[in-house]
Amino acid sequence: MTGAAKTRRLPKCKAEEAENAWQLRLYVAGQTPKSLTAFANLKRICEEHLEGRYRIEVIDLMVNPQLAKGDQILALPTLVRRLPDPVRKIIGDLSNTDRVLVGLDIKPLA
Amino acid sequence: MAQHTVGLKAPVKSLGKCPTGIKGLDEVTGGGLPQGRPTLVCGGTGCGKTLLAMEFLVRGALEFGEPGVFMSFEEKSEELAQNFASLGFDLDDLEVRNKLAIDYVHLERSEIEESGEYDLEGLFIRLGYAIDSIGAKRVALDTIEVLFSGFSNEIVLRAELRRLFRFLKEKGVTAVVTGEQGERTLTRFGLEEYVADCVIFLNHQVVDQVATRRLRIVKYRGSAHGTNEYPFMIDDQGFSVLPISSIGLDHAASTERVSTGIPRLDTMLGGQGYFRGSSVLVSGTAGVGKSSMAAHFVDAACRRGERCLYFAFEESRNQIIRNMRSIGIDLEQWVDRGVLEFRNSRPTLYGLEMHLVTMHKAVEVFQPAIVVVDPISNLVASASDLEVKSMLSRLIDYLKMKGITAFCTDLTAVGGSLERTDVGISSLMDTWLLLQVIEGSGERNRGLYVLKSRGMAHSNQVREYRLSDEGAQILDVYVGSGGVLTGAGRINQEARERLEVLERGQEMERKQRDMERKKAVIEAQIAALRIGFEAEKDDLERAIAREKLHQEVLAEETWTMARSRSSDQPPAAAKNRARSGKAGGR
Repeated sequence: MTGAAKTRRLPKCKAEEAENAWQLRLYVAGQTPKSLTAFANLKRICEEHLEGRYRIEVIDLMVNPQLAKGDQILALPTLVRRLPDPVRKIIGDLSNTDRVLVGLDIKPLA
Repeated sequence: MAQHTVGLKAPVKSLGKCPTGIKGLDEVTGGGLPQGRPTLVCGGTGCGKTLLAMEFLVRGALEFGEPGVFMSFEEKSEELAQNFASLGFDLDDLEVRNKLAIDYVHLERSEIEESGEYDLEGLFIRLGYAIDSIGAKRVALDTIEVLFSGFSNEIVLRAELRRLFRFLKEKGVTAVVTGEQGERTLTRFGLEEYVADCVIFLNHQVVDQVATRRLRIVKYRGSAHGTNEYPFMIDDQGFSVLPISSIGLDHAASTERVSTGIPRLDTMLGGQGYFRGSSVLVSGTAGVGKSSMAAHFVDAACRRGERCLYFAFEESRNQIIRNMRSIGIDLEQWVDRGVLEFRNSRPTLYGLEMHLVTMHKAVEVFQPAIVVVDPISNLVASASDLEVKSMLSRLIDYLKMKGITAFCTDLTAVGGSLERTDVGISSLMDTWLLLQVIEGSGERNRGLYVLKSRGMAHSNQVREYRLSDEGAQILDVYVGSGGVLTGAGRINQEARERLEVLERGQEMERKQRDMERKKAVIEAQIAALRIGFEAEKDDLERAIAREKLHQEVLAEETWTMARSRSSDQPPAAAKNRARSGKAGGR
């Protein structure tokens, strides 16, 4: 399944490029249950649908509050799709996988 | 010390107030917004919510040394900076100096997908970070309701809002939260249920095509506040509220008098003119010389070196100066010297409240001793009677409180009662002069009455008021069987009186002469009588003498006869008989 997705979406890209193809940023505020759930859900979805082509960056706003302004973060947790364009945002603990896929514009393979 | 406090209540720490620095608002709220608590400012579109919030921050930063955070949900920082530059607020400079932090929150529903549970911790972190970075004491959130359109989960949102206001209180910042007016509620999403301490409602009403902004303190926990709707204005200096009804009736009453500029009018008003700080109303129909009277007053005041502010609602500055020159008053020199200032505007330019707010501001800035409103009746055109009365009384009270002499002219409608003023403001006035047109002998002349003048003996007589090259003159009128005579009639009467005086004088002279003549005649008669008498007296004396002689002769004869007859009758008896015989003969 994943292999098919890989070939269809990025037929000739190198592993390096593939890794950068999906840049995801997860904004959280400390190690709250919601943050942990969100991270776990994200990891799972990425593994399922974007294996090897994604990079997740977790930003703890408790540590770097100044970063909230740049991505217009209000709700937490927020997942920001930096790449590919355009920037998209998903808020919540990502427990609804379908909505995450829609939000990230990943077409689930039949 | 302890003894002194016995029986007294322990001092209660009252609610701290955070001054806004906005003209009038601090007076209405009794010192400012509740310190360390959020205040809700709500109202319709374009009513000035953002401006109020921003001015609160800017004035706080500039005047009270309290940095502020402006969290904007609607306008970008650049847009805000541009918008407020027109009010003279340099937001960029304030940001550079760490006096102000603007955080633009962009929220676009279509860009956000919701999946699972979330909270608004990010907003808190951003706000907290902004507050901490500049040590802010004031926060403005404009308009937080945008959140409701940005997130679908209203339950979470409401819980988070409640948390937000708690957060702001914990931070100890004084916050202004703006909200859009709802259909039946103060705000569209019921923000008032979270912000319970102070709610300010802004209103922008259009009545008869004239827009008026009003402000009302809906609630203010733990503090007394003005409850009325206060007009406010937004101009190039920002927001200003007119705290009209905070003025009581306790102004000082001056006993100083100011000349009216017309000597005989001074005489009519107890010899010295108006009281300083009183209000004077001159009413009359069109063209009776109300403005000229105002010009005289202004001219006299400027001559004394007092500052005058002239609100003209009918004529332009230059027109007034030109027209007054025709009666020999040069107002331009006072304008040039800066003691006289004209404020000309069309009455319909804005609502009555706005006019009054503008007037307040102008008075505050110029600090005049005399204010002329010419004419006050034109203001009435832009509002209802009820409003007019209350607003004008506020204006007059305000001027009285400041010890400013108010001189208002009032145009009475032709056909109406002259003693009626449209707005019933006459009762507010201390001195009321009526200029009336007196028609007769094919002329219109002007009559001047002092209808009332509180606190001074004043003339009860009508006078003719005449405008000439040398200014206004007050002349006596003639009251006769044909009524009051003015103008040509008066001149006629004057001539007639002169003639009468002449005639009377001549008559008297004639009588005098008659008397002299009569006296002479009588004296002549007396002399003639006396002469006649003298003549008669002579005759009589002569007759008496003759008779005497005759008798003596007779007695002599008798005695001689008796002697010759040798009578024994004594001659004395014979003499007596002869005397009585003479008496009997007469």
